[in-house]
Amino acid sequence: MQSFDLVKPSTLAEAVSALAADGAQALSGGQTLIPVMKQRLAAPSVLVSLGGIAEMRGVAAAQGVLRIGAATPHAAVAREAAAHYPALAKLAGGIGDPAVRNRGTIGGSLANNDPSACYPSAALASGATIVTNRRQIAADDFFQGLFTTALQEGEIITEVQFPIPERAAYVKFEQPASRFALTAVFVAKYANGVRVAVTGASNDGVLRWKAAEERLSANFSASALSDLNLSGADMMADLHGSGDYRAHLAKVLTGRAVAAS
Amino acid sequence: MPKDEIANKGGIGASTKRREDLRFLTGKGRYTDDINIRGQLYAHFIRSEVAHGRIISIDASAAEAMPGVAKVFTSADFAQAGSIPCGWQVTDRHGKAMLEPKHPILAEGKVRHVGDPIAVVVAETLDQARDAAEAVVIEIEELPAVMDMKAAVAGGDLVHEELGSNLCFDWGFVEENKAAVEEAFAKAAHVTTLELVNNRLVANPMEPRVAVGDFEEWTGQHTLYTTSQNPHVIRLLMGAFVLSIPEHKLRVVAPDVGGGFGSKIFHYAEEAFVTKAAHILKRPVKWTSTRSEAFVTDAHGRDHVTKIQLALDAQNNFTALRTDTYANMGAYLSTFAPSVPTWLHGTLMAGNYKTPLIYVNVKAVFTNTVPVDAYRGAGRPEATFQLERLVDQAARELGVSPFDLRRQNFIQPDQFPYQTPVAVVYDTGNYQATLDKLVEMADVAGFEARAAESKSRGKLRGFGLAHYIEACGIAPSNLVGQLGARAGLYESASVRVNATGSITVFTGSHSHGQGHETTFAQVVSDMIGIDASQIEIVHGDTSNTPMGMGTYGSRSLAVGGSAMVKATNKIINKAKKIAAHLMEASEADIELKDGVFTVAGTDKSKTWVDVTLAAYVPHNYPLENLEPGLEETAFYDPSNFTYPAGAYGCEVEVDPETGKVEVVAFSAADDFGNVVNPMIVEGQVHGGLAQGIGQALLEHCVYDENGQLLSGSYMDYAMPRADDFPMFQVDHSCATPCTHNPLGVKGCGEAGAIGSPPAVINAVLDALHRGGFTHVTHIDMPASPSRVWAAMQR
Amino acid sequence: MTKVTMTVNGKAVSAETEGRTLLVQFLREGAGLTGTHVGCDTSQCGACTVHVNGQAVKSCTIFAQDVAGAEVRTIEGMAHADGSLNPLQQAFNDCHGLQCGFCTPGMVMASAALLANNPRPTEAEIRHGLEGNICRCTGYHNIVKAVLQASGQTDTQGVAAE
Ligand SMILES: Cc1cc2nc3c(=O)[nH]c(=O)nc-3n(C[C@H](O)[C@H](O)[C@H](O)COP(=O)(O)OP(=O)(O)OC[C@H]3O[C@@H](n4cnc5c(N)ncnc54)[C@H](O)[C@@H]3O)c2cc1C
Ligand code: FES
Ligand code: FES
Repeated sequence: MQSFDLVKPSTLAEAVSALAADGAQALSGGQTLIPVMKQRLAAPSVLVSLGGIAEMRGVAAAQGVLRIGAATPHAAVAREAAAHYPALAKLAGGIGDPAVRNRGTIGGSLANNDPSACYPSAALASGATIVTNRRQIAADDFFQGLFTTALQEGEIITEVQFPIPERAAYVKFEQPASRFALTAVFVAKYANGVRVAVTGASNDGVLRWKAAEERLSANFSASALSDLNLSGADMMADLHGSGDYRAHLAKVLTGRAVAAS
Repeated sequence: MPKDEIANKGGIGASTKRREDLRFLTGKGRYTDDINIRGQLYAHFIRSEVAHGRIISIDASAAEAMPGVAKVFTSADFAQAGSIPCGWQVTDRHGKAMLEPKHPILAEGKVRHVGDPIAVVVAETLDQARDAAEAVVIEIEELPAVMDMKAAVAGGDLVHEELGSNLCFDWGFVEENKAAVEEAFAKAAHVTTLELVNNRLVANPMEPRVAVGDFEEWTGQHTLYTTSQNPHVIRLLMGAFVLSIPEHKLRVVAPDVGGGFGSKIFHYAEEAFVTKAAHILKRPVKWTSTRSEAFVTDAHGRDHVTKIQLALDAQNNFTALRTDTYANMGAYLSTFAPSVPTWLHGTLMAGNYKTPLIYVNVKAVFTNTVPVDAYRGAGRPEATFQLERLVDQAARELGVSPFDLRRQNFIQPDQFPYQTPVAVVYDTGNYQATLDKLVEMADVAGFEARAAESKSRGKLRGFGLAHYIEACGIAPSNLVGQLGARAGLYESASVRVNATGSITVFTGSHSHGQGHETTFAQVVSDMIGIDASQIEIVHGDTSNTPMGMGTYGSRSLAVGGSAMVKATNKIINKAKKIAAHLMEASEADIELKDGVFTVAGTDKSKTWVDVTLAAYVPHNYPLENLEPGLEETAFYDPSNFTYPAGAYGCEVEVDPETGKVEVVAFSAADDFGNVVNPMIVEGQVHGGLAQGIGQALLEHCVYDENGQLLSGSYMDYAMPRADDFPMFQVDHSCATPCTHNPLGVKGCGEAGAIGSPPAVINAVLDALHRGGFTHVTHIDMPASPSRVWAAMQR
Repeated sequence: MTKVTMTVNGKAVSAETEGRTLLVQFLREGAGLTGTHVGCDTSQCGACTVHVNGQAVKSCTIFAQDVAGAEVRTIEGMAHADGSLNPLQQAFNDCHGLQCGFCTPGMVMASAALLANNPRPTEAEIRHGLEGNICRCTGYHNIVKAVLQASGQTDTQGVAAE
């Protein structure tokens, strides 16, 4: 790992100004960034730890919206969101392993936008709002392809706001080695319609499966999907599965998510 | 002896808890990476990122000027060093010796696999070494990678130009049987054929390799601390062949070692590097492998591509077997690589069956991949997988039960010792008994009901059977010498009885998880009748243990334990002489029981301590006829292999929508002969099963066509986790003791990894056929969800 | 270099660190506590698991400076004050829950955290809870047994000898 300085501010304002430095990067749980730095694929000169900022942590529900501080670890979401948004809590409780969940955070996961990560599908299917130190970004605008988001230089996620659905479920099919999503589907049913987000599958990262949303909005049952198919051509293919396999899984898992919601 | 009594005494047969646990459970183990010598430098290897290429230039001048850098090494610094040797020479079908390339410490002229070391930066800290490595400028002209074995043999680019071919050897076994085998196939009533791949694996002991070299200028003494399964072998290979250091000036220490599974048998470049670098720099040099580095430097395992055929007569008797295998050697010949697809594989092709005629052809091929060598089971899993898949397929084609077809063709209990058509003689066994046991343990009778219950949940349930034979404790030395081994395969032990009666045993075997410190003490305790706590087992340091070959191939107790028994018997004989003198009796009348010497027919007695004290304080002692002291060494060279065998049953559930396979039950009925510590034996089986099931369902080392490793970390190489398994049912009660070693033991370390892969795949196929997917004849390992799903598509 | 102080197994420990110094390096090299192991470089094997402020974490994936001042517990701090094994360690010994011992420190720390959160886990919960700790030797069978024993769900005698 290349050499850098670590700073640990205790307020958001300090963090924002520390991030203005040349080569500065945010460090949240480090569960992605540190392994990447070990491979020397990232080489910040200053790391700004967000772990000491109390205002960036916590889970609270009000007026049908669940607000999660960006530096809240997955384990805390699994625990504290359970009463308000069980599907989201279950997703958080299925990320990695207990030690990863004690450190890794929702903000880090969304900012990283790994095409096989779990949280992006929840944010997209829930129509969540990603709040930064500068603005509010709709999930539909936030995810912009593999490891790419709407975040600008020096911009940090401070909070994520999830409208709480009537029914929802996340069904993850694990890649056998990493246990990230080989393919996973988040289905959320709101009064104004159903949203379906698929992660782990597409070459363009997390995606909404609009055709399925239409069918499910009309008839919220797995059978509504029977004659729908995703194309394998746009899906990722690697040693763990072909594009066709991922497309097939997306359909199977969507059905299971509907049944489980 | 009744079981309770055994357990109380802690002797042979007791599940004595392990003494080594205490240090491991408190963080006090001493692994190689825990060793830090004052003044040590750190080595960072710069490795090839391409599979095949010509080194045009290496410029280390900027790196050498960076902070903390002591020196940047390249192959020029090792011009005097020898090639890393291969320990086994195979002679091919035509009597020609295998092709043997030079294997330099650092790449000379060419790089031949991703991970091949090119240069090494040695610096004051590891971070400084890594930082400086980025400043070393290396220019490489990339060459096409030689990846596909069949294409590599047909011609094209060469991994080693100077050898003129990528074919290391073309081995036929038994060559004289070839014509008769062809004839039997011509006459067969039925022939079953399978083409299959034994997937490439990475051993992945949890402790990555580490080597620390030290040099003492004023004595000329070199010391290497290394993560090895056999420090004496490393001393011999590295000292004599690579660095020309005589044994008395080279000490190799393998302290606590965090698992090996074969991958720590071999002599590696990094060991020679740190030893020599410490000499050149006059400071200790340490190298610690990262896991990513381990994936591209630790020898890989398996990687066979096979066509196998079975001929049967009209009564379903096996009449002949033939195989064609391509075995990947990788870019260089690792220490025991040539023996794995040949003598450890061809000799096992009879399995548990009476097949009278067998012909095995193996073509070993160089490719631009990491060297391939022994991994848990080495050759025997490959043999077992082919054979047990084939027998299952034959049963399916013939419409007979896989149980019955096996039973009919088993070598029968009254046929032992049994001479197979592939050279070996099985001393004992009872395959009907292990299969009977399995049928009972696995509740085969209740299977249909369980399958129906699975079906009600939308799952396909299948049962897979496999029977295996393995050969452990490879020997005897004079025979293996004829077969091409360049080393002896004996084992050694020194038993030192201390003056006050406690005992220190120095063994040439090495423990890296097997629990020798506990079990070896149990054996000596049993023989002498003193408490096991009075016995210490010392291993892993060439400066105090007798020359021994170490631990692999399930040989420790069968070979190393036998050496220890021999040495202990020498001790007992001498102690009886001393006791006879002390009690003024005839030696023939002395008996030793529970640590007390008595004279038959009298009430005279002397304790063990009376005698040991007399040996070292020889005031009343027959000095004219007997030397003082009580210390003996023995070397044991077995007269044959041992042949553990067993029946394995796997039950799986397949999700027909996703192709995911779940192992829901696994039963293993093994015949290991006598068992010293059942708890440890069962633990060995559990671990072997996990690796075998891992091979069958999860693990796969994959290269792309350019020789890039696609599964180079745990992100893509699926290591089995706790939630991948059910509780295992294991049994070793069907014991037919080995007839040619003093303990009657056979070895248990590899069985689980040998017998389980075909059981799992047979179970997956059974599930698919029951689910109506009758077009599927085979699924290559690992039977990952995507592969099973793809197989189900018509 | 920055001096970092933590409380490790109840004692204050200080060492000079760089920004890139990992907690596991602080423990092994700074504090000389080599019981915590490194088995991978992708944060997956769990050999490095320790407790920071009571929670299981992978010490290879935390910078020492990021947890300055924390309460850290390692395998060296698990035994009773008199040096005897605690019930969880004892269960690993009784059940033969370790072979080479390399994964063991992480396995014990992860199991201890598991039991702290869920004192009577089912077999499935144990297997799932130890997902982040890879053992290559034991096939996990006896590790699961050990955790069951430590949670008082099997008899403490003769588990291994059955
Ligand atoms: C063994 C293992 C298993 C895992 N399994 C899964 C899994 O199954 N599913 C899954 O989804 N993930 C998985 N992960 C990833 C895990 O969820 C990470 O925690 C997460 O992806 C990143 O969060 P972090 O807080 O650790 O971020 P960090 O690693 O600290 O940062 C990641 C990136 O985000 C940036 N960043 C961090 N916080 C912010 C912020 N507030 N604003 C802007 N940018 C920010 C950083 O600069 C960096 O570029 C796994 C990780 C490991 C090690
Ligand atoms: S060393 Fe492997 S997870 Fe930390
Ligand atoms: S005991 Fe060896 S890795 Fe677990």
